Amino acid sequence: MTYIAKPRLIHPGLRKNKLGLTVRDYEGALSTLCAGCGHDSVTTGIIQAFHELDTPPHRVVKLSGIGCSSKTPTYFLRDAHGFNAAHGRMPSIATGASAANKQLTYIGISGDGDSLSIGLGQLAHAIRRNLDMLYVIENNGVYGLTKGQFSASADLGSKSKRGEANSYGAIDPVSLALSLGATFIARSFSGDKRQLVSILKAAIAHKGFALVDVISPCVTFNDHEGSTKSYRYTREHLTEIVHSDFVPLKEEITVDYEAGGAAAVTMHDGSVLLFTKVAEGYDPSSREAVFSYLMKHQASGKIPTGILYVDESGKDMHELNRTAETPLSEVGFETLCPGSAKLDELMDDFR
Amino acid sequence: MDNVKVDRINEFAFKIANTNGTGSASANGLIMQAIFRMGVPVSGKNLFPSNIQGLPTWYEIRVNKDGHTARTPAFDLIVAMNAETYARDIQELQPGGYLLYDSTWPLNPALKREDVHFLGVPLAQMSRDSFDKPREQILMKNIAYAGVLAALLDIDTKVIDQLLEEKYGAKQAMMKSNHLAFKLGYEYAQKNFKCPLPFHLKAMDATRDAILIDGNTALALGCVYAGATVAAWYPITPSTSLMDAFKGFCHRFRENKETGENNYCILQAEDELAAIGMVIGAGWSGARSFTCTSGPGISLMSELIGLAYYAEIPAVLVDVQRTGPSTGMPTRTQQGDILTCAYASHGDTKHILLFPANPEECFYFAAHAFDLAERFQTPVFIVSDLDIGMNDWLCPRLKWDDSYKPDRGRVLSADQLEKMEKFLRYSDEDQDGVTSRTFPGVHPKGAYFTRGSGHNKFGRYTELPHEYQEVVDRLSRKHAAAAKYAPAPIVHTEEGATVGVVSLGGCDGGVREAIEELKKQGIICDYLRVRAFPFADSVETFLRAHTKNFVIEQNRDGQLRTLLMAETGIEKERLKSLLAYGGFPLSSHHVVDGIRQQLGSQS
Ligand SMILES: Cc1ncc(C[n+]2csc(CCOP(=O)(O)OP(=O)(O)O)c2C)c(N)n1
Ligand code: SF4
Ligand SMILES: [Mg+2]
Repeated sequence: MTYIAKPRLIHPGLRKNKLGLTVRDYEGALSTLCAGCGHDSVTTGIIQAFHELDTPPHRVVKLSGIGCSSKTPTYFLRDAHGFNAAHGRMPSIATGASAANKQLTYIGISGDGDSLSIGLGQLAHAIRRNLDMLYVIENNGVYGLTKGQFSASADLGSKSKRGEANSYGAIDPVSLALSLGATFIARSFSGDKRQLVSILKAAIAHKGFALVDVISPCVTFNDHEGSTKSYRYTREHLTEIVHSDFVPLKEEITVDYEAGGAAAVTMHDGSVLLFTKVAEGYDPSSREAVFSYLMKHQASGKIPTGILYVDESGKDMHELNRTAETPLSEVGFETLCPGSAKLDELMDDFR
Repeated sequence: MDNVKVDRINEFAFKIANTNGTGSASANGLIMQAIFRMGVPVSGKNLFPSNIQGLPTWYEIRVNKDGHTARTPAFDLIVAMNAETYARDIQELQPGGYLLYDSTWPLNPALKREDVHFLGVPLAQMSRDSFDKPREQILMKNIAYAGVLAALLDIDTKVIDQLLEEKYGAKQAMMKSNHLAFKLGYEYAQKNFKCPLPFHLKAMDATRDAILIDGNTALALGCVYAGATVAAWYPITPSTSLMDAFKGFCHRFRENKETGENNYCILQAEDELAAIGMVIGAGWSGARSFTCTSGPGISLMSELIGLAYYAEIPAVLVDVQRTGPSTGMPTRTQQGDILTCAYASHGDTKHILLFPANPEECFYFAAHAFDLAERFQTPVFIVSDLDIGMNDWLCPRLKWDDSYKPDRGRVLSADQLEKMEKFLRYSDEDQDGVTSRTFPGVHPKGAYFTRGSGHNKFGRYTELPHEYQEVVDRLSRKHAAAAKYAPAPIVHTEEGATVGVVSLGGCDGGVREAIEELKKQGIICDYLRVRAFPFADSVETFLRAHTKNFVIEQNRDGQLRTLLMAETGIEKERLKSLLAYGGFPLSSHHVVDGIRQQLGSQS
């Protein structure tokens, strides 16, 4: 924690955070994605969220699978270790990295292909272990990098660029995560930066697995008439059913909110998540209520967004394992090796 | 009935045929341990089915005063507890041998063999008369045959008493039952047969500094001593007991009894794809991490093994080989993964492999494997097998050198990074082709982007031919450099040797015994045991020194021979394969007969 990168350039107009870093210090290499790709807006949101949270960039580990979406960790937090893993295998690499060092902040970027097809198994089990990480699915309904095949999140009947209709039903990451026991589930849109940044900050503060499904249109292969993941279709159909504000630790709560229910959730680090506007009959703290709401509204064609479910009381992988406070990667060899005398004693058990 | 020599002391073999799930393991273990405690060299092979209950299982015990512990298929005595396999079991007896059977039921006369002695003991009846509960009746029937064996083989009953005391000291009821059952068998044999048999035991002093241990337990212990903290796995025979043992040792040595905090993290993954991913993630982050698996798991892990190779991330994989291909015979042994491990994953990949020959080497190779993995920043395979991993072997007591310091390889600290102008992950190679790495969270200057996609020596994405080649060529040099750090081959030369013998892993015991036997028959062999890949230069030197080299291994296609041909400049005419791959451990007769036959057919 003592090694904070020096601010790169002085931009008089840019706000400095508590570490004295500007938002530029949270950037990475230049993006090579198509102009207008939703993924680039998510990158901007991530940069802003970490800047606003005053996170030291080098204390973050950023990981991804394979896909256009998975390329994006190069575009943010240049001072963080990055790991562009194999297609669909990022959750296991993240699990191992976290096992070795539980004190870092983990963010994984994935695509709908990476997460819902080839990587569905690993995603499910990372959720099940309640791995302490932010997991972003940049969801565009297609395999961008392999040129536009339907992915498992493509809606039934949604049209491809060539006009074919998708004949399979979609796997919805939100309902999936809900049924697998995820402890933080949200959906947002790459075109709604305000909401996205607020959600990302809460997701980073969350202790446990935070899944954020971001509708992130692919301008090259899935932004046409007949697609249900285009900018236009998304704008027309999304409904923010939960509006929340994230109040970081030690900041005074100034917003009025309804007392009781899930109106305010205190996060693990002491920050507070305020639910300022919640749809009628909706309760983001009840898995059951969320599930029945989603089922009921599925047919309406609306895309519900917001922090849809949160449970801050779940035990994460390390609590379940009772892993020592000192990261395993830093425990000294003298502590780990029992030594010759203990071995000699043990040998008598094998006689 | 003449082939069984009179009064053969401490040199015989017997086996117990049973059905699995009947709890015979404790009776068999008792006998084996008692022989060991009498100071007599002994080895046991458990031949069990891939099944939980009801299929045939055999436990073979070889007693050999000279310390030969390889499997022998020639039995002097068989305890036939499984009516279903009687016919087969009887056929495996040496002429003049003994068959001990449960005479509670009459023996099918069709099974009689003229040249064999039949010893009937009403084991089930005795057990039923003395014990009430059905489960106990089954278990105690086994202890009763242990009693019979003790009388027939002249096992010291004081040693048995001592072992029962150690095992059941606190559980008086169990101890009483065991004593009673043992006595029933022992006394019945004393009364009805001429005890001991012509082959039997006599106390020696050859096991004082020895232990009985299986390779999986020894390897797990080695991982604890090497400082491994993260282990990820997916259950598969015959590797499962390795992680069970690791867990047990961690419980003993790595838990803070006051706070309940663990200095380890064992992850039972959803499959082997994930298990290796976890190991790689942890290794990348700076923890010593490993997985254990068998052939089917290696196939699944291959994808990420290539990632670890190319992105240069340390990982230790233990492959406890079983019989392939596919699911194969999960409870039978083989050395069928040599080539798969050497070149696992797509593209140009080459790995470091270690081949332990016994549990003792399993223990010492663990620390060696982690040192190699971290020094060379690459996956290292410990290629063991079912026979080494799951059977109890007679080994010298394991020792630890407290001056050992783990070789973490080139890792930059925060202070080093602070002083650096710029850190570039794949530049600044040393004489072995190794570059320095950093761990996440240590220092902003240490940050770099790890990728399995094409990268140049600065760690940046590339599609340029020369930039790509520069990195993979270094990887190739790095692999070659590992030869001098890996366990050296063991070479035995003999005055007047005419042939070379090359082998690896668990073949060692059988090969050494065979070489002694061949010498008696006038065929003198030099012997080299390969202990690692990449091969040391001495391997090729050895092969060149002999016009005829027999490469002995347990697979159908001669995988070690193929690897030797591919990785040394040796002409294939110099290498003759001698193979045993039916699933049982190698015996000396495979080698003796094989070499004699090949030499005969060529002369
Ligand atoms: C094992 C394997 N199979 C196939 C591929 C080819 N591939 C690369 S990216 C991709 C799909 C990516 O889709 P998604 O995760 O939705 O990312 P997007 O490009 O849409 O952001 C596929 C199939 C691969 N890299 N690895
Ligand atoms: S192909 Fe689609 S997903 Fe990929 S970069 Fe272009 S717009 Fe983005
Ligand atoms: Mg996609």
